[in-house]
Amino acid sequence: MEAVYAVCVGLLTFSGVFLCLRGRTFPVVMGLTLLSYAVNLFLFSSGRLKFDGATILGTSFSYADPLPQALVLTAIVIGFAMTAFIVILAMRARADLGNDHVDGRLPPAPEAKPRRKKEHA
Amino acid sequence: MSEHLTILPILLPLIGGLLLLLPPLCNSIERQRLAALTVATLTLISAVALLLQSQAEGIQLYVLGGWQPPFGIALVADRLSTLLVLLTSVLGLASLLYACAGDDRAGAYFHPLVLLQVMGINGAFLTGDIFNLFVFFEVLLIASYALLIHGGGKQKTQAGFHYVALNLVGSSMFLFALGILYGTLGTLNIADMSTKVAALPEAEQALAKAGGLLLLVVFGLKAAMLPLHFWLTRTYAAASAPVAALFAIMTKVGIYSIYRVHTVIFGASAGDLAFMAQPWIWPLALLTLLAGSIGALASPNLRELTANLVIVSVGTLLVSIALQNEQATAAGLYYLVHSTLVCAALFLIADLIGQQRGKAADRFVVSRKVRQPILLGVMFFVAAMAVAGIPPFSGFVGKVLLLQAAQNATEMLWAWPAILLSSLITIIALSRGGTTLFWRRSSDKTQAEPASAWHIAAVALLLVAAPLMVVLGGPMTAYTQAAAEQLHQVPESLHLLLPGGPS
Repeated sequence: MEAVYAVCVGLLTFSGVFLCLRGRTFPVVMGLTLLSYAVNLFLFSSGRLKFDGATILGTSFSYADPLPQALVLTAIVIGFAMTAFIVILAMRARADLGNDHVDGRLPPAPEAKPRRKKEHA
Repeated sequence: MSEHLTILPILLPLIGGLLLLLPPLCNSIERQRLAALTVATLTLISAVALLLQSQAEGIQLYVLGGWQPPFGIALVADRLSTLLVLLTSVLGLASLLYACAGDDRAGAYFHPLVLLQVMGINGAFLTGDIFNLFVFFEVLLIASYALLIHGGGKQKTQAGFHYVALNLVGSSMFLFALGILYGTLGTLNIADMSTKVAALPEAEQALAKAGGLLLLVVFGLKAAMLPLHFWLTRTYAAASAPVAALFAIMTKVGIYSIYRVHTVIFGASAGDLAFMAQPWIWPLALLTLLAGSIGALASPNLRELTANLVIVSVGTLLVSIALQNEQATAAGLYYLVHSTLVCAALFLIADLIGQQRGKAADRFVVSRKVRQPILLGVMFFVAAMAVAGIPPFSGFVGKVLLLQAAQNATEMLWAWPAILLSSLITIIALSRGGTTLFWRRSSDKTQAEPASAWHIAAVALLLVAAPLMVVLGGPMTAYTQAAAEQLHQVPESLHLLLPGGPS
């Protein structure tokens, strides 16, 4: 179970970081969301992975640490609010700046374009 | 009442901010201003009272919900936190005063946002639990996102997206680090963590080290440490003046967290992991100073110049962290208070100059002369002298104390030239900027309105610190010295921080 869990967290983090490095706002927002998923899973695992563990002492043979679950809950709420904010900000940026690039302006076109213009002229 | 004093600097702005969103206060800007200024003044008074109380009675521990630490949530008011809470409250009040002259009309809800931001910063300084540090970071960040784009405009949206995205990545990394540290140490209470680190088995030391260094990256991002400082200039230059002045404390929150984590948890009592961030902080501190200085020379206007001076001050503070002795920390704290107030004042002065120079704003170009050359000139001159570290103002004392704190030849060899050269470059950049702003002028008549009383009151409130911190230099340095002792000698105050003993 640990291996599958670790691979999942790793894969989510990898995809999140990859998407965060893209140039358009939508993939960046998606990347941030994936990163926060990865973080939530990771936080959860910091209390050790355990089957059949109740969080209340005395109700079962083994018990689970309740604190990481509380932390994950907090992190989910905060992450949700922040994602909502950045989605709105990205839409505002699209409206204000006329494009959805993270820098607010499109990068200069690749070199092929100006040459073609020359031919036309 | 006095036992609940510790939480007042958090509760007052929170309740005040919420009340401002409700009728009858939300309907009229006059009522909002009055209420916001009242709440900010009350916060300031409670911060002063808390400082006096923690100085008289020692560290104040406030246990929310009555759960004995390390299990519950605890607020800790020691000398360091109360000093910074007081600083934040002064800054919040100055920012509100300045905004009352008209900046608060640019959009809705300026005053509640400032109060909520002050609440988040105060909370970050007062919490004794590293997860709550994360929560308060998020509180202050979401308020700062809204404040940054307050008033709208292309430039603000553009800078805002970078700022928000970067800080969200930072928050994720913060949580990764917390997960690692909780997984290895089994606790999130800062005092309790400091007792656990030394006893870690060797296999888990590497994990704890990774967690600690990840925290350094996160705090470095907030503090604008070298490879993570590129967001700062643009963000601060885009924000409106009172917001930029309030943001002057934001980088210091990162510095404060580095102090807390890397001197308390990974400090002298951490066994094999003692001062493990030191080899990283040294080069980064010097390079941050260099980057800030180069940026200051290249700045096209006074706002960006000030933003780069913030980076220089962060570099200087990082040097004080890198020196890692009590004297250096004391000097660093003195310098922190000074640089926050003066940089905030400089942001406000830049805005005043910009308002009176017409289209040229605060760019370093020939333009019409300012309406009130003597008033603005004196204010700029005092701020510039203080920030560059020329006697008789506070920057001089701060820098001299820091230079004295370098103890052996190697430390002197690295720290002295870096700090002195950055001061020289600051003088060059500021004098070049100042001469252009005030003396190279065209013959156009000025039509700008003179600065309002709100503006002058706000700048004066911040600038008066420059001479005052020298006049009161004795008590002030004694206080920072005591605060540094408290920070470095955590094992001695453990019985106060963990009344029930470590978990």
